Amino acid sequence: MAEGRRLLLHGNEAVVEGALAAGMRFFAGYPITPSTEIAERCALRLPQVGGRFIQMEDELASMAAVIGASVVGVKAMTATSGPGFSLMQENIGYAALAEIPCVIVDVQRAGPSTGMPTSPSQGDYMQARWGTHGDHPIIVISPSSAQEAYFETIRAFTLSERLRVPVILLMDETVGHLREGVELLDASEAAASDRLARDDAEQAEKPYAVLPGEYVPRLSPFGQGALYNITGLIHDDRGFPTSSKEAADRLCRRIMEKIAMNAGEIERYESRHMEDAQVCVVSFGGTARAVQAAVDAARGDGIRVGLFRPITVWPFPEAALGRICGRVRDIVVAELNGGQMKMEVERVAAGRCRVHHLGRVNGAILTPGEILAAIREVAG
Amino acid sequence: MASRLIERYMRGAYLPHIWCAGCGNGIILRDVVQAVDNLRLEKRDTVFVSGIGCSSRAVGYLDFDTLHTTHGRAIAFATGIKMARPELKVIVLTGDGDAAAIGGNHLIHAARRNIDLTVVVLNNNIYGMTGGQFSPTTPIGDFSTTTPYGGIDPDFDIPALAQAAGATYTARGTAYHAAQTTKLIEAAILHEGFSVVECVTTCPTYYGRKNHRGNAVEMLKWQRDNAIPVAQARNLPREALEGKIVYGELWRCQRPEYTRQYAAIIERAGGKKQ
Repeated sequence: MAEGRRLLLHGNEAVVEGALAAGMRFFAGYPITPSTEIAERCALRLPQVGGRFIQMEDELASMAAVIGASVVGVKAMTATSGPGFSLMQENIGYAALAEIPCVIVDVQRAGPSTGMPTSPSQGDYMQARWGTHGDHPIIVISPSSAQEAYFETIRAFTLSERLRVPVILLMDETVGHLREGVELLDASEAAASDRLARDDAEQAEKPYAVLPGEYVPRLSPFGQGALYNITGLIHDDRGFPTSSKEAADRLCRRIMEKIAMNAGEIERYESRHMEDAQVCVVSFGGTARAVQAAVDAARGDGIRVGLFRPITVWPFPEAALGRICGRVRDIVVAELNGGQMKMEVERVAAGRCRVHHLGRVNGAILTPGEILAAIREVAG
Repeated sequence: MASRLIERYMRGAYLPHIWCAGCGNGIILRDVVQAVDNLRLEKRDTVFVSGIGCSSRAVGYLDFDTLHTTHGRAIAFATGIKMARPELKVIVLTGDGDAAAIGGNHLIHAARRNIDLTVVVLNNNIYGMTGGQFSPTTPIGDFSTTTPYGGIDPDFDIPALAQAAGATYTARGTAYHAAQTTKLIEAAILHEGFSVVECVTTCPTYYGRKNHRGNAVEMLKWQRDNAIPVAQARNLPREALEGKIVYGELWRCQRPEYTRQYAAIIERAGGKKQ
């Protein structure tokens, strides 16, 4: 495929093109609506660039194979939806603890359980953060358009490789199946960062030790002679299981701190018409598109309303939203779930402004008209 | 003094191992290392992968790149490694619960693909790490902490299961027959395709104690007295094999190997020049 081109792609296809531009060369997955086009396009496109695709027997195996490929130094991705995302959780935790870079695309569909497979939802917001057991680091990015899905997939790989953390690309069915013009970058512009590695004697001895002032170990890929151990057990700097409370504390704190210490690079949000706003609508993913239309319409009516859209949805952009909470009178959280992001907004607002919820759990989307009505009601 | 094998292939700092006194896993691990030595496998080109359980702790003692994964998923992790770097030798060390219960689906699908992995199943007929619950290879009627009245679950024949699913090399060895087991593991590693070697080991702590099989030596002697070479077994009626261990090379055939076939796909798609 020629580079530097503009193509008509839907969000799922844009994810694949973004991943390829970022250097993804391995994909393992299992068919599930509404994410299947990602696997299909990977099956077509990966061998064209010398990469490899495999359809595994289930999502447990898909996530495992992705980690296996990443361990030998190949950028790897999987894609799934609700039920499959649930099945992947154990191995996502493995990648978080063992610090194996990988990108997981969850194209959300209406749940719980098998739910409504072809209907949109944003009901996996909390699961994306806390789906696997134990305290663990994770980064979750939720794009709003096919173009943003392309760019944010590249960024997902950069963050995952640099910080050695699983990154969830939290799509929704709306964005996944939305066709838009997508500007593709040429390879030099797109180049996502690679993980840092070292292959000296000290690395072989203590692969999980971090350099002074750093938070991310520089594990060299398997197959290059470093000869070390990776485990999902709590481990010491040498990569071996330990029951030392001090070593466990150091590891479990460091993997969280590496996210906190790089928050500036991870954080991304869009703020629209917020300069003089008295009402703020907080929304993300596909729903934020309807909010944008509603906010623009309300502005036309003279209502001082703005949009705050987290793009990186975990870690939650609490500092940026906190500044807004001190300024506005009301916040409306518009999302396709029963109030999952609202809980985060309330935590950040801490009583400084009123927080309202406009949610939906029936597989339908929120329309600009409904959001506009909610804005009018709140604005009085 | 440490043996030459230990010095050359094992992480001495982590020995002695965590296994119980009398556990047969150490014998099987030595068989694996002896096979690796006999074949002169390069350390940097060989990756060991394991799951969870007593058997899966084995990889930590090996001075190679070693990946200790999640319960049941070792073969799936190994599949990712082999697909991403087909030139690596990938050897999976797993147990009966890990490979045939929670990981049974991965075992049969890897066999179906005929991907070039060598899977060594250390079968101790019980869940040892969690304290002695019955596994899919605990013989029917036997006792464990979750079959206090005797088990009603029939057991799997792991090599037969793998063969039926498409494995192109299967074999069975025992802890007692160490030299023969080493040769079987060697043949499995040399075989291009999905190979499974079931190594029947001994667990005096749980399986033995719950089923009055005596101490470690008595359990090994039982293996000696109840194992039948495959050539001999083929001439015996089915009833004569009840409760016996048939050991040796059980099945071998040739089918296209998965990563080699995928290399052809890359060529067809025009990706080879990349």
